[in-house]
Amino acid sequence: MAITKVVLAKLSPTMEEGVIVKWTKKEGDPVKVGDVLAEIETDKANMEMEALGAGVLRKILVPAGGKAPIGALIGVIANAGDDIAPLLAAASAPAPKPAASSPVAVPAPTPAPVAAPAAPAAPASAHVALPGVAVVPPALAATEAGRVKASPLARSIAARENIPLSAVAGSGPGGRIVKRDVEGYAPSTAAGPVAKAPAAGGSHAVVPFPTVPAGQELPVSNMRKTIARRLAESKFTAPHFYVTVEIDMDGAVALREQILKVENVKVSFNDLVLKACAKALTRFPMVNASWLGDKIATHGEVSIGVAVSVPDGLITPVVRNADRKSIVEISREVKDLAGRARDKKLRPDEYVGSTFTVSNLGMFDVSEFTAIINPPESAILAVGAVQRVPVVSGDEIRPGYRMKVTLSSDHRVVDGALAAQFLAEVRRLLESPISLFV
Amino acid sequence: MAVMTMREALNQAMREEMTRDESVFLLGEEVGAYQGAYKITQGLLAQFGEWRVRDTPIAEEAIAGVAVGAAFIGLRPIAEMMTFNFSILALDQIVNHAAKYRYMSGGQIKCPMVMRGPSGAAAQVAAQHSQALESWYAHIPGLVVVMPSTPKDAKGLLKSAIRDDNPVIFMENEVLYNLKGEVPEEEFHIPLGLADVKRAGKDVTIVAWSRSVVTSLAAADLLAKDGIEAEVVDPRTLRPLDEDLIFDSVRKTNRCVVVEEGWRYAGFGAEIADRVQLNCFDDLDAPVVRVTAADVPMPYAKTLETAYLPQPDRVVDAVHKVLYR
Repeated sequence: MAITKVVLAKLSPTMEEGVIVKWTKKEGDPVKVGDVLAEIETDKANMEMEALGAGVLRKILVPAGGKAPIGALIGVIANAGDDIAPLLAAASAPAPKPAASSPVAVPAPTPAPVAAPAAPAAPASAHVALPGVAVVPPALAATEAGRVKASPLARSIAARENIPLSAVAGSGPGGRIVKRDVEGYAPSTAAGPVAKAPAAGGSHAVVPFPTVPAGQELPVSNMRKTIARRLAESKFTAPHFYVTVEIDMDGAVALREQILKVENVKVSFNDLVLKACAKALTRFPMVNASWLGDKIATHGEVSIGVAVSVPDGLITPVVRNADRKSIVEISREVKDLAGRARDKKLRPDEYVGSTFTVSNLGMFDVSEFTAIINPPESAILAVGAVQRVPVVSGDEIRPGYRMKVTLSSDHRVVDGALAAQFLAEVRRLLESPISLFV
Repeated sequence: MAVMTMREALNQAMREEMTRDESVFLLGEEVGAYQGAYKITQGLLAQFGEWRVRDTPIAEEAIAGVAVGAAFIGLRPIAEMMTFNFSILALDQIVNHAAKYRYMSGGQIKCPMVMRGPSGAAAQVAAQHSQALESWYAHIPGLVVVMPSTPKDAKGLLKSAIRDDNPVIFMENEVLYNLKGEVPEEEFHIPLGLADVKRAGKDVTIVAWSRSVVTSLAAADLLAKDGIEAEVVDPRTLRPLDEDLIFDSVRKTNRCVVVEEGWRYAGFGAEIADRVQLNCFDDLDAPVVRVTAADVPMPYAKTLETAYLPQPDRVVDAVHKVLYR
C-alpha cells in the first residue's frame, strides 16, 4: 500500500532549513490527508505542515526541536503492516554526493523528483503564504498525494469521453470523483465561446449570506485561524499606507462590450483590472516584491492572487504569469479558479505563490475600501464598483463610468511616490484599454 | 382482479393445489382443528379431511422428518412451521436430508416439499420470536428460498412452490398477513427464481424482499418528494436469485442500496452486494450500501424494536449516501 514520505516543505520564499517546533501527531497516530502533522519554524514564521497521505504516522525521524534542510525526510506515513525498513535504511544512509558511485542503487533520501505538470518550476521568486488553508508546496502535492480517487463509473465515463481524471475535482467523500463530476466536466482551456455568463459585476459571484446563530461561541476553523494569524501579522508588521485613484472606465466599458460582441466572451471588469495590474507590475518591479528583513526580493514572475469569498472565509487562488496571458485567458482561468475555490476544490499549488493581490467588492456596489496586504507581498489593490456618475467634461456635466481603486502598500518596500506612479500606470492602461493588448 | 389479504391468498393457493393434486397434504401444529395459529389454513380441515390436514405434536423435527419422508416416496407435503424461529429444531432434517438426497442419490430421490410459515419480527415478541433467518436457508445448496411481499406474489409463488420438485423454504411475514392487494381470479403461477420491479425509477436501485419491500416503497415515496426516483426491485426468490434483473436496474441507476430485516453480519444482502460489485463494477458510482437490522438480539421494548428494524428514514439516509447528497 501507499507509503508517504513526510518531507520538510519549503514554507517561505527564502527558507533553506526549518526547525520542528512540535509534532502534532505522535508515532502510531492515525493520519488523514490534510491533517496537520507538525509545526515548522521557518525563517519567517511558524507554519503548519499537512499530511499528504493517509495511514499511520509510523516514524518520526527528526524530533521536535530538531533542524532539517528543505526536502529532508522527517517522517514516514504508511499503513500498519507496510514494510518501511528500506525507506528508513535509505534515509539513514549518508547523503549522496552528486558524483559518488554507489554499487547498490539506494533510493535517494532527499526530495523526490518534481513532476508537477501544472505547477511551474519554482522560480527564485516563488513563495507561499496566502490567507488560505495551511500551506503545502505544489510539487509535493502533485508527486506524493497519491492516486486519483474516482468511482468505477466515473472512471469508465472518463475513459470513454477522454477526460483526464487528474484535472477533475471530486465532490464525493474524501474528494472521490463521481459521475456528476465527470458529467459536468468542461476543460478550462477549451476553445470556443463560453456558454455561461460570469456573475455580473465581478469575477467572484456573491456568496449567499450564511445564517449564523447569534449569542453563541463558534469554533474557529483552520481557514479562519490562518486568516487571523496571517492578516494580523501583516497589518501589525508591515506599515500600511493607502493611495486612491479614480479611473475613467468609459473605454473599459466599451471594450468589454466589444469583446462580448466580437468574441462572444463576457469578461468582467475585474479581469481587465488584473490584466492592467499585471502589465503595470512588469514596469514597477518594486511593487512586485517582498521585504526580507535585510534585503528586498523582486520577483521574476507576475502572479496575481484573486481574493475569493467562500462560506467560511476567503481564499486567494493565483493567476500565474498574468502578464503573459490574454484578457480572455485570464477571465476563463479566474472563473474556473473561483468556482473551484467556492467548492473547496483548489489544489494547493493553485493558491500559493502570488506576488500581488487584487480584492474586489464591486459586486456589492462598494465605492472604495482598503485591503490588508497579503504577506509576503508588498501591495494589494482594493477595487470598488464601476459606477455611473456625473463627470465634468469641459464646461459640461455628463454621465460617465468611474471606478475607484485603492492600493495598500508596505512602506518598507514601496514609497508614496512609487505607489502613485504605479497607480497612474494602472489608470492609464484602463483608460486607454488598447494598451492592454500591446 | 379480486382484492384480498395475503392470508386469504395463501389459503387459496393451498386450497387450489390440494384440490388439483391429491398427493398434496398439510401438516403442522394447530393447522387443523384450530385452523392455523395465524388462520392461514382456515377451512382446509373441513374441506379435505384429517388424512390430508394433519395436526401434529409440538415437535418440529418430527414434522420436518415426516414431510421429508413423505416427499421421498412421492407425496407433496406442506409442512407449516408456527414460525420459522422454531424451524431451528428441524434444521437437521432440512439441511442434511431434504436438501441433500436428490444430489446424493444421483437424482433418484426427490424431495418435493414445502416448509412454510411466518418469519421475521411481528410486534414485541422479542428476541426468540422475531428472527429473520432467510440467510441461513439461502446458504444451503439444494434448497429453494421464497419470500413474497404481496398477496399476488404469495399466491402465485406458493402454487409454484407446491408443484416444484425441490424442497422449498417458503417464508411469510406475520406483519404482511393482513396486507391487501389485487390477485388475479384466474389460474396463475409466478415462476420461482424471477424478480420483480415493485416501483420503477432512475436514480437508485433499492433491493428488498418481504416486509422490507414495504419499508422501501415508503422510503421511495419520501424520496420522490425530493425529486429522487428510486427503483425498488424485489427478488421474491432468494435462491435461486434472479440477479440479471438486479444488474439491469443497477446499470441504469448506477447506485444500489440493499434493505433486509436480517442481521448485517453474513446477511443475505451481502450476497447481493457482492454480485453487484462483481458484475456491475464499472457501472457503480458509489459503493453498495446495506440497511439491516441492528447486530443484537431483538429487544422487547417497542422503541428499541423500532430502532432495531430498518425504517424508511434509514433507507432514505442510505440512498442519500449513495447519491452523495
